[in-house]
Amino acid sequence: MPDLGTYAVEVLSAYAVSIALLAAIVGLSWRRYVRVRAALERVEKND
Amino acid sequence: MSLWEYANPKRFMGWTRPVLPWTFALAGLCLAVGLIWGFFFTPDDFRQGSTVKIIYLHVPAALMAINAWIMMLVASLIWVVRRHHVSALAARAAAPVGVVMTLIALFTGGIWGQPMWGTYWAWDPRLTSFLILFLFYLGYIALWEAIEDPDTAADLTSVLCMVGSIFAILSRYAVLFWNQGLHQGASLSLDAEENVADVFWFPLLVCIAGFVLLFIALVLMRTRTEIRVRRMRALEARMRRA
Repeated sequence: MPDLGTYAVEVLSAYAVSIALLAAIVGLSWRRYVRVRAALERVEKND
Repeated sequence: MSLWEYANPKRFMGWTRPVLPWTFALAGLCLAVGLIWGFFFTPDDFRQGSTVKIIYLHVPAALMAINAWIMMLVASLIWVVRRHHVSALAARAAAPVGVVMTLIALFTGGIWGQPMWGTYWAWDPRLTSFLILFLFYLGYIALWEAIEDPDTAADLTSVLCMVGSIFAILSRYAVLFWNQGLHQGASLSLDAEENVADVFWFPLLVCIAGFVLLFIALVLMRTRTEIRVRRMRALEARMRRA
């Protein structure tokens, strides 16, 4: 771990929040992708 | 074959399926390499101290926040001129990704601003136009959700996108012609003397590549989802009529 000095809180919180936001958009997009794909397959079977 | 045929929904689903995992993998690789390199293996700046490490998140996110809107503008113009459904769906798919990029840029900018400028926020031209761009993103998403007919929604959101482009351009260039704000000029420049030092520049380039690839991967995946939703609604409507 590098020595972040007096700005450790600022740097670490910037990384933590940014990575969490990126993970959230990837996770939510993936979840919807999988759900919609499964729902379409069901509808196509019934068609 | 015409370029437009790649945007035919069936053809789009075909070519994006093998491309998608590679784009995600490359994005993950670039982000991991760039962020680890920038965080662990670059020195502190003589003026900014360790806060310079925030550049690896802030600059790529701000760049993508503006360019995502420009991509949405191009897609909206294609919709308005050619009535190409996939382009309207791609613009819709890009908006939430743009929101996240704008949020990251605003948050990391604020957290860097406190120790460097002495304040989290200032009504500086660039910061203010960026905040307005964020509100435009929210308005754009809300408008898509509020209108039931997809073609009408695409028409109205395209108009909103064109208006919002003023703030996307202002976010980029306000610092040049409103010489009164706190925000400094661009960190990246083709002029070597204006650019950041090489030791920060190379990991930053890798991070930018990672953010660009992640944006492309997310837009492709979300556009595929929107196309499937559109097909599902068409099938359900047909079944109801039968």
